[in-house]
Amino acid sequence: MLAIAGTVPDNDFGLAEGRVSIETDHLYMDGSIIPVNRGTPALLGAAIQTLTVFGQDPVFGFLAGDTGPGHGSRQLYEYLVNTSSFSDIHTLVFHYLQPDTDWHNRVMFTLQDMEKKPILIADAGFMYAAKMSGAAPLYDLFTPDAGELAFLADENAPHPFYTRGFILHTDNPVKDLVARAYAHENAARYLLVKGAKDYVMNREGELSCVDGPSHEAMEAIGGTGDTLTGIVCALISTGMDIPDAAFAAARANRVAGQLASPTPATGIDEIIRHIPRAVETVLHQINQ
Amino acid sequence: MFNFFKKTDAGKVSGGNKNRLQSDHGILVFEHTSEVIQAEKMLKTSGWDVRVMGPPPEIQTGCDLVILFPLIEQLEIVRLLTSRSNAPLQVVPVTDPLLEPVSLFQEKDFGDYLMVRAANMKITVDKQTRIIVNVSGGGCPDVPWLAGEMVGKSLADAPDPLEIGHTLCGYALGLAFKEMKTQCLP
Repeated sequence: MLAIAGTVPDNDFGLAEGRVSIETDHLYMDGSIIPVNRGTPALLGAAIQTLTVFGQDPVFGFLAGDTGPGHGSRQLYEYLVNTSSFSDIHTLVFHYLQPDTDWHNRVMFTLQDMEKKPILIADAGFMYAAKMSGAAPLYDLFTPDAGELAFLADENAPHPFYTRGFILHTDNPVKDLVARAYAHENAARYLLVKGAKDYVMNREGELSCVDGPSHEAMEAIGGTGDTLTGIVCALISTGMDIPDAAFAAARANRVAGQLASPTPATGIDEIIRHIPRAVETVLHQINQ
Repeated sequence: MFNFFKKTDAGKVSGGNKNRLQSDHGILVFEHTSEVIQAEKMLKTSGWDVRVMGPPPEIQTGCDLVILFPLIEQLEIVRLLTSRSNAPLQVVPVTDPLLEPVSLFQEKDFGDYLMVRAANMKITVDKQTRIIVNVSGGGCPDVPWLAGEMVGKSLADAPDPLEIGHTLCGYALGLAFKEMKTQCLP
């Protein structure tokens, strides 16, 4: 089973765990209705849409309401430390949470006690906490964008906001930044680097690169990184190898974007609804 | 692999590198000790987890006490202190007190739209109407909320993330927003 931990931008949401389903542009979970928008709801929407192609069960969510003060994130961290719901999880994704290294480490300690460790994926705030905890190598996949990759590559930066200019500079090749991140043990086993070209990389270097279909506008659309993470984690949860899943997901996210005829003003919900067709198309092409 | 983590006192968990224990904290530097004491009281009363300590050797300014605080909440903490006329002289990360906030902005012109990026945050505006059409990037929980508050509003009317945001991602978005206003507004 695929499980996703993150926040929704609503302080009144409280804390919930359970199966999540999607209908039109809304997620349904334990009596709550969540609009599919950027952030963890976009990731969930993309993951669920991907799994419809395989006819699999809905995704499991651990969610808290948090608009930034961090109270919801801390409640969720505490919940994850004490939960017994990790046992049937094949792939576990941590997403938008307030970065907090102490709470991050407590969650990892809970996972450490498990007989069989799930495949661990981190993105967004939890990825920041993983890097700053010195625990990045414990993860199977990180999915940074260009700004986040520069942060991973900067061994001193405690947050992307403090990434040094000479590393953040756009002229730096992705491969150099990835090598620097691995040199300081600040990268997961695999990286899926989102950008004008998407790179699947590990410590040895580039495994694959996806540059089409290409729509410049995708970079401006909030949530396209979340959908890519959602597709790749869903594919991994079906048993695909991580590098193959990352390659297919990068292609599928672009195809879904293309099907939505994107402009910089396109909403992420318009792309998510094309994901099943995009995933089917890409998997068909790969299997030919 | 997971033996990387060791239990410590009080059930806390620490990573393999001792220097990283407070890696997500920052330091507030003040001119006078009285300001430090006042700031500590204000922050603790408001529920922040802060503590007073001696400054690291890299910090050359201020008095002989500083305040340690959760760096991710820098925007909100400095905003509170400033509103009470007790703004710090300097705010620096524990990992490297010489680090400075992002000051490098990248622009991308899509023809009808302009995108400005600061660190991990991007904001995109319709050049004709000056309406914010998208906010992307970031990883802190206030980003989706800020995007909901800003998208669809004009640059002149949209709330400033520096005033309503909570985290360093919100701070970066605020800088991108400020840069966009410089580019687009008279």
